[in-house]
Amino acid sequence: MTEINLTVKKLEEKFLNSILEVATFRGEVTVTVSKEGILEICKFLHSDPDLQYHLLTDLCGLDFFPETPRFGVVYLLYSLKNNQRLRVKTRVGEVESIPSVESIWKVANWYEREAYDLFGINFENHPDLRRIMLWDSYEGHPLRKDFPVEGPDFDKPFVPEV
Amino acid sequence: MTINMGPQHPATHGVLRIVLELDGEIIVHSTPHLGHLHRGMEKLAESKTYHQAIPLTDRLDYTNAMGNNFAYVLAVEKLLGIEVPNRAQYIRVMMAELQRIAAHLIWLGTHALDIGAITPLFYTFREREDILRIFEEVAGGRLTPTYLRIGGVSKDFPEGIEEKIKAFVQAFPGHIKEYETLLTKNIIWLKRTKGVGIISKEDAISFGVTGPTLRGFGVKYDVRKAFPYSSYEEFDFEIPIGSVGDVYDRYIVRLREMEWSNAIVEQALERLPKGAVIANDPRITLPPKDDVLTDIASLIRQFKIVSEGFQPPKGEVYASVEAPKGELGFYLVSDGSNHPFRFRIRTPSFANLSALSKMIEGGLIADVISVIGSIDIVLGEVDR
Repeated sequence: MTEINLTVKKLEEKFLNSILEVATFRGEVTVTVSKEGILEICKFLHSDPDLQYHLLTDLCGLDFFPETPRFGVVYLLYSLKNNQRLRVKTRVGEVESIPSVESIWKVANWYEREAYDLFGINFENHPDLRRIMLWDSYEGHPLRKDFPVEGPDFDKPFVPEV
Repeated sequence: MTINMGPQHPATHGVLRIVLELDGEIIVHSTPHLGHLHRGMEKLAESKTYHQAIPLTDRLDYTNAMGNNFAYVLAVEKLLGIEVPNRAQYIRVMMAELQRIAAHLIWLGTHALDIGAITPLFYTFREREDILRIFEEVAGGRLTPTYLRIGGVSKDFPEGIEEKIKAFVQAFPGHIKEYETLLTKNIIWLKRTKGVGIISKEDAISFGVTGPTLRGFGVKYDVRKAFPYSSYEEFDFEIPIGSVGDVYDRYIVRLREMEWSNAIVEQALERLPKGAVIANDPRITLPPKDDVLTDIASLIRQFKIVSEGFQPPKGEVYASVEAPKGELGFYLVSDGSNHPFRFRIRTPSFANLSALSKMIEGGLIADVISVIGSIDIVLGEVDR
């Protein structure tokens, strides 16, 4: 537990204004940060010699519809050096965009494309932001809470544009 | 020249499409296209209760159904904060390790077949059949058994199954030797796999690669050791690692891993504790099936849990297991209702596949086949 305390302490020292909340549930630490600070915080967590969160285990979106700001983005980091996980969360509105972390972890390229595809979250400075699961002409973002489970066109014939 | 590979191509192990830009036989640029098998599993699970989502997970990586159930039920149990009986933990470990062997056997057979060695497939599917027969007796199903339940497993071992598992465990090391005689020092195999698909260790980590593919690069990361779950700390096993991370290293790592999985099953069988196979929490776990048929209280309990489900506390958890392909994790967000608010699946194949372009660019077109085989993707869990 010492390393995770160290992580939180270091973050609070350096980014006091960006950190909104630190919560622990079932032994997992979640740091909620503001959207503006996310890129700098990720860079710091990745490069700090005591922390070295080199593995971005997961990045995914959340939809809090009808709350505002509407979306959440969750980063799950893992430090090979300290054998420690850390979850970083942030919120982003529907028409806003959030800085891409592709420059830090390359796997974020695909994860962010997925969040863009299924939630419609925009990532700034992403080198290749296009749909990944669905076809390019698809309209809508299926993982949004206001998207029906059976799909908007389940009773219409399925003819995708080629 | 631009070549379109897939989505219907035997060597892409599913419906993966890659657009390859070539200069002669050298790959200049490659663009993978995913989503042909996208079933919206994360969306679908949000409308189901926690119990109802278990069969969905079987269909992620369909060569690793037990392991997928395992990761999911661990996440739900963590969210609820319930304890699983010791016997159930051991049974889960045995099933997950047998499944790992079965998944690696599919990989070995098909990977060798892709590269041109037809014979190993017949051998590996012979042993895989033994494992599937064990699953059939234990769980009732072969490919997608849905054996695990929240709080334990669906039923105890049938009579006589321990002898059958024992017979398999004793015979299996000899079978690994058979595969090795066919491949390990085979000159064609060496030429097709040595020095192919190498990227730097730092790149591999940056691409989020996990599992045997990452361990091929010499990184000792295994969820079973890093965050032991379900009594893995009680077993004696090692994490095999490679050195340079080429296709051959990944092959060796997986072979050694099968041996250690076999050893874990053997240890679990020797020390298998007695007792219940599912926790007894009337609000959460299903009652034993025999009671449901004879006792009205159990029938009501079963009916309530299956139709309404249960309401875990508000919160978010991430639980992961070491699946045959890498780290398989479930990130569940609960809003206190009887179905998940967010059901996120972190699948190993998705992250591993993102490194594919880097691995094949600058290499020969023939090596694409062996690299795809070596990172061992299953499109069911890439596309979800």
